Amino acid sequence: VSGDVVFPVLGAALFGLGFTALVGRRHLLWRIIAVNVMASGVSVLLLTLPGRGADGPDPVPQAMVLTGIVVMVAATGLALALAVRVVAAPDDAVDRGADDRRDDRQHERSHDRSDANAGDRTP
Amino acid sequence: VSAILLPFVILAPLLGATVAVASARAATAAGVATAAVMLLAVARLGFTVLADGTVTHAAGAWGAPLGIELRADGLAVLLLATTAVVGACVTLYSTVYFRPIFDHEQDRGLRFFWPLWLLLWSALNAVFVSSDLFNLYVCLELLTLPAVALVALDGSRSAVVAATRYLVLSLAGSLFFLLGVAIVYAGTGTLSLDLIPRANLDADSAALALALMSIGLAVKAALVPFHFWLPPAHAEAPAPGSAVLSALVVKAAFFILLRLWTQTFPHAFLAPGAVILGALGAVAALWGSLVALRQDSVKLVIAWSTVAQIGYLFLIFPLLRDAPGAAWSGSMYHLLSHALAKAALFLAAGSMIRALGSDDLSAIAGVGQKLPLTFATFGVAGLNLVGMPPSGGFIGKWLLLTAALSSGQWWWAVVIVIGSLLASAYVLRVLSAAFLQPRAVPLRQQPPWQMTGAALILALLSAVFGLWAEVPLALLGATAPELAP
Repeated sequence: VSGDVVFPVLGAALFGLGFTALVGRRHLLWRIIAVNVMASGVSVLLLTLPGRGADGPDPVPQAMVLTGIVVMVAATGLALALAVRVVAAPDDAVDRGADDRRDDRQHERSHDRSDANAGDRTP
Repeated sequence: VSAILLPFVILAPLLGATVAVASARAATAAGVATAAVMLLAVARLGFTVLADGTVTHAAGAWGAPLGIELRADGLAVLLLATTAVVGACVTLYSTVYFRPIFDHEQDRGLRFFWPLWLLLWSALNAVFVSSDLFNLYVCLELLTLPAVALVALDGSRSAVVAATRYLVLSLAGSLFFLLGVAIVYAGTGTLSLDLIPRANLDADSAALALALMSIGLAVKAALVPFHFWLPPAHAEAPAPGSAVLSALVVKAAFFILLRLWTQTFPHAFLAPGAVILGALGAVAALWGSLVALRQDSVKLVIAWSTVAQIGYLFLIFPLLRDAPGAAWSGSMYHLLSHALAKAALFLAAGSMIRALGSDDLSAIAGVGQKLPLTFATFGVAGLNLVGMPPSGGFIGKWLLLTAALSSGQWWWAVVIVIGSLLASAYVLRVLSAAFLQPRAVPLRQQPPWQMTGAALILALLSAVFGLWAEVPLALLGATAPELAP
């Protein structure tokens, strides 16, 4: 079987795998990883779908994948920062000084691991 | 000369954001200066496009296919202009919105709101003037990040949860879009929106790519059944943030969807796909309005109303083939006037929160006469949602009705009429709580004039947007799609 078939199938499978986890898993961290797996699938597809210019590697998809990686790193960073806040924030408290007291809450968090799932229960 | 304005409308807010990050003290001034400059630049660009047609600019003198080409046609200029007007009013409003009422409160606006809002503005403009698929993907992500951060600005648990859900779904939507981009590039070797139609992409690949990109963009535009992230996100954001999210950010995704269907893949026009999008839009228009009727806070009513009003926009797809002119102008007119009206409504809700500390329907009971301008704003902008003449909403709905009836698809017309009746019900429900119920509580504070003024300006603009229909219609007509039979 040639690489022209294997890699696109692999890319599509990664995308599908990530999507399945995104839909099926409730935990926030799972979902963030799922989106990253989807992104890997798209990258593989971008690089390996049989293109028109068959005479040598095409730089444009490589540039797109590089940019895509940068975008996903930034977005994943934001998602993880928000996930930390979901765990750290007290229930229903509108707290405008959240920054200053975050350390205390991180301390509290170690006593309450179940909080990590709480994001999904909130309507 | 005007071509240089294309990179300028992206870079100017970016510069403003940089200043706002560097110095919290200068942040408000940077926002106001950006707004003033944007109004002038977009007006100049608008007159040029109106007189001479589409303006293009190759960034760094690198043209397509390798470089990034920026382009403003009539549709892009209308969206840039609406963004500038809404943005200027939101900016005026925000100069005071975040100012603490009580001494111990911290002014989060200076630290976080201004950089995020100006970044968002830059990304919006970039979406509107982009002319290639990958650039659109990057701009969509640039748009998502500040939008998500604005939702989380409040720092409360519910806000952060809403922001996180918005971010994850939005990323997944972007990846569906990117998957479509990969298929298009593999089949055509180009990303340019102009070159793809001439590149003879085979019909199956085109249909698959268009379907994948449409799914991704429908998530970002909050089309039913992907709408569930929107109401909590738009209700949790601070009022100026809600205004730009509901008025502009979801429209950017719809704008790309429309460009793809009408300009980039006119030959791949999927009749079943168009009917599915139209049907989902119809469900959104009715279901969103019904849920809006059952909400207990003003911001949630407005947010669900956005779900409904977005639905109307998607009625363009099934009507595009038989009545392209009316469907195109009607949907776009609805989009623009809804942007003005929805921003006005969220800003008015913010004034209520400022005055009462809450936007619950129980909290606003009986305060109508104490906040006359704020509720006048709500009523006038509400007329637009209902579609009363001479509002822009009337023109939009009228054109969509015309398109539905002239193409013999009367069922869409029924949806439009019922949706309008439901809209009048949820608008009146808020107004009757404010004016007909007793138990007026004392106000914390009268909202400052910048807030009531900015909201009222937007509401009045949306209400009279139907009176000067020639200019927008001329700009829209120049970009109306020509679909292959």
